[in-house]
Amino acid sequence: MLPPLLRRKPAVAVLMCVPLFGLILGLVAYPFFHALFLATLNKAETAFVGLDNFSFLFGRQTFWMVVRQSLLFALVAVVFKALIGLAAAHAINTIPTKGQRKWRGMMLIPWVIPPALSTLGWWWLFEPTYSAINWGLTKLAVPAVPWLSDTFWARFSIILVNVWVGAPFFLIMYLAALKSIPGELYEAAEMDGAGPWQKFFYITLPMIRNIIAITTLFSIIVTLANFDIVRVLTQGGPLNTTHLFATYAFRVGIESGDIPLGAAVSLFMFPMLAILAFIILRNVRRRAASLA
Amino acid sequence: MTAVPVTGATSLRANRRWALIAAYACLGIFVVFFLFPPYYMLVTSLKTNAEIAELASNPWIVTDGVTFSHYEHLLTESSFPRFFLNTTIVTVVVVAITMVISVLAAYSLARLRFWGSGVLATGVFLTYLVPDTLLFIPLFKIVGWLGLLDTYWSLILVYPTLTVPFCTWIMIGYFGSIPRELDEAALIDGANHLQMLLKVFIPVALPGLIAATIFAFTVAWANFLYPLAYIYSESEMVLTVGTVTTLIKGDVFHWGGLMAGALLAAAPPVILYAFLMDYYIAGLTSGATKG
Amino acid sequence: MADVTLQNLVKTFDTVEAVRGIDLRIPNNEFVVLVGPSGCGKSTVLRMIAGLEDITSGDIRIGDLRVNDVPPKDRNIAMVFQNYALYPHMTVEQNMSFGLRLRKVAKSEIRGKVQRAADILGIAELLGRRPRELSGGQRQRVAMGRAIVRDPQVFLFDEPLSNLDAKLRGQMRIEIQRLHQQLRTTTIYVTHDQVEAMTLADRVVVMNAGRIEQAGTPDEVYHQPRTRFVAGFMGSPAMNFLNCQVTEENGHTVARLADGPALPLPAEQAARVRSYAGRTLVAGLRPENIREAASHDGGNSGGVPHDISIDIVEPLGRETIVYFRLGDSTLCARVGTEVHPRAGERTSLVFHPDRLHLIDPETDLVL
Repeated sequence: MLPPLLRRKPAVAVLMCVPLFGLILGLVAYPFFHALFLATLNKAETAFVGLDNFSFLFGRQTFWMVVRQSLLFALVAVVFKALIGLAAAHAINTIPTKGQRKWRGMMLIPWVIPPALSTLGWWWLFEPTYSAINWGLTKLAVPAVPWLSDTFWARFSIILVNVWVGAPFFLIMYLAALKSIPGELYEAAEMDGAGPWQKFFYITLPMIRNIIAITTLFSIIVTLANFDIVRVLTQGGPLNTTHLFATYAFRVGIESGDIPLGAAVSLFMFPMLAILAFIILRNVRRRAASLA
Repeated sequence: MTAVPVTGATSLRANRRWALIAAYACLGIFVVFFLFPPYYMLVTSLKTNAEIAELASNPWIVTDGVTFSHYEHLLTESSFPRFFLNTTIVTVVVVAITMVISVLAAYSLARLRFWGSGVLATGVFLTYLVPDTLLFIPLFKIVGWLGLLDTYWSLILVYPTLTVPFCTWIMIGYFGSIPRELDEAALIDGANHLQMLLKVFIPVALPGLIAATIFAFTVAWANFLYPLAYIYSESEMVLTVGTVTTLIKGDVFHWGGLMAGALLAAAPPVILYAFLMDYYIAGLTSGATKG
Repeated sequence: MADVTLQNLVKTFDTVEAVRGIDLRIPNNEFVVLVGPSGCGKSTVLRMIAGLEDITSGDIRIGDLRVNDVPPKDRNIAMVFQNYALYPHMTVEQNMSFGLRLRKVAKSEIRGKVQRAADILGIAELLGRRPRELSGGQRQRVAMGRAIVRDPQVFLFDEPLSNLDAKLRGQMRIEIQRLHQQLRTTTIYVTHDQVEAMTLADRVVVMNAGRIEQAGTPDEVYHQPRTRFVAGFMGSPAMNFLNCQVTEENGHTVARLADGPALPLPAEQAARVRSYAGRTLVAGLRPENIREAASHDGGNSGGVPHDISIDIVEPLGRETIVYFRLGDSTLCARVGTEVHPRAGERTSLVFHPDRLHLIDPETDLVL
């Protein structure tokens, strides 16, 4: 059978975790520290410049725009994703069980298509000359919208597409949460004379509060770090007014070849992500504890 | 006395009916919102170039006859089949690597407990929260050192950082929910660790395994940032980047081919979901909520 | 087949001592039931015998072999779990044969063994099904079948009937008894259900707080409990306990119950407790030893009538349970169905002293 060393549980256990550990260490932890190192070099990566890259960024108006835009983008998009997801989940949960699968399946399609590819479709919908949305608006006697060329509408567009891609995730999470609420609670509430709104505010919301929190925090991370939509739709334009951390880092680091500066831009996401991750972890733990 | 419950019942029924009508109306609006872009992509891909270029007619329907010429062109005269093959190779290899690493680690972390296993499990969860956009620049350097720049092997190297943490996490959840009695029964039946894993844990947690596989597949198929940053040669490109970069040639009237390419590239994950959606949803929701 | 010996067995979880020194010898072919309240350590003992828990100190022998460090698969045991632990992805046949297949037993031999076990348990027609297609009782049988095919030296049962409804539990009890009569394999059976313990066991081992309180035949632990715990644990409704004083009255040694009658003690018992005269002891009297006044079986021979006021009445069909107060304590009596007591009524009940247990409150030992 097994050699003596492997018969002991911890030895086998550690052995089985070695590939995972190697992956996390070599391709996540190491790159992270390497990024910290890179961010302290000059553009040619020949000299140590300390925090010069960061102070350079702090002095650039574009960088502060990127910070503001990223936060605005993440917050607005997540709020709408959460609202649409909750409304859709509630609607699906209201209709007879038989038809629920079908509706859910249709609504998940945006989330199933690789975002870079579906964003191509949106790009075509926003195309200045041929925009099929504008064609519809014109028929309704609404003036055509400059979707991607005007700052406000460009920001609106990337948020719209992000909401379109991400709302189904909220839908799934909320629907699962709604289904986990025992029906008896609603029956008891009905006995106590609660109406639909009261049932929603006094039973549904408190029961799924934790899932709402975890899903929202999680989505803020993903949205804050978004790349595909802006990259395909606007490439950061017009005049850098739609750049996010990721697209700006790509522009600076890969396209302009200033790898240290690009690394510095990316790293700006880290404190925010770390705080969010900490809160999520605490929530997940608390939830696990409350279930135990 | 009898009249009161009767009116109560009808108003209750009326309430329910209104709730139902509101729900369906709401769902109708959402479905239109969620489905009109792919619908428009499909319509465009079936139009002739002349019709696409024509501004007067209704863009939302095909008026001038359906054509498959965009798809034909894509499959016979472009690099699209090459992209498809590359994507398939990358995805299959990444899924295989991911499942081996995740299943081994999840079994160990869910059941065997060793010094530091709790910390490692938390580490897995935190790694899952690290987005691709945080580390793509240092990974660019690493890929370069390894000589993998401009080959799809770079993707095979880095994609597991995106897939393994989540897959391990949900497999820990699935393995953890297997009653301990079952391992004990297998132990008394004489199973060693490998037999326990292969003959008891994996078959019992098959739904979780399917969910994890779909997740890994989707991530590997859909990623856009890494191939955009690391691959420049058309022969090494994968579908996402290939479709976005090479099919756009500044030709204003190439929209039909672009939409056809996007739809074909999106087809495998969509088809996979159509059949295995329930597994994936179960895995996703349990992964995000189980502690 | 083999006997099982436990020597000064101790199990400590972190700082909690779950098992505090168990000595027990289970001879070949014996059916032993470990019974006790939850947390008494009975399951831990069983799991140590199975090899599922490490032993903190002490020894376990199966046959002549010290098995402390032998892995479960090499102990030649089979176990039936509380929740059956059937492999959900395998058919009944695959479930039963899994252990044999892992041991690379020849296919033809496996088939024969599975068939034989299935015949014994009457599950031959279920062999192709999966666990989720089976009822609770059928799953239970499959779990037993899985144990039988291995032809082990020892069967271990861990509360196997606790998930079945009352009727099925009764049936399965009979099945397990029949099985043991047929196979005669040494069996260690853990339960918290005293009915199972009484009906199945050759020997009952009553455990409490990690120790053995008493080991003996079902008759012994019921009629001659050694400690207050055993006296109170075995029997349902539970034995009545109330304070009493041993005194000499009219030349008889009597136990005078607090606020109740004075019960004359049989000569032998009187001799044993005479030295406790004047001290407060605890008297234990089973409900069946407090009867209605005019009971058919032997009149009031030796019984002492006493007037009480009825608190609560529980008619059970073949008997009626009456709760009444005596001083500060609530007592329980079993009366026949001929009388129809009513709550609030005063009536006379007869206390039979021949099965009175006197307990020293300082040691909790039955005198």
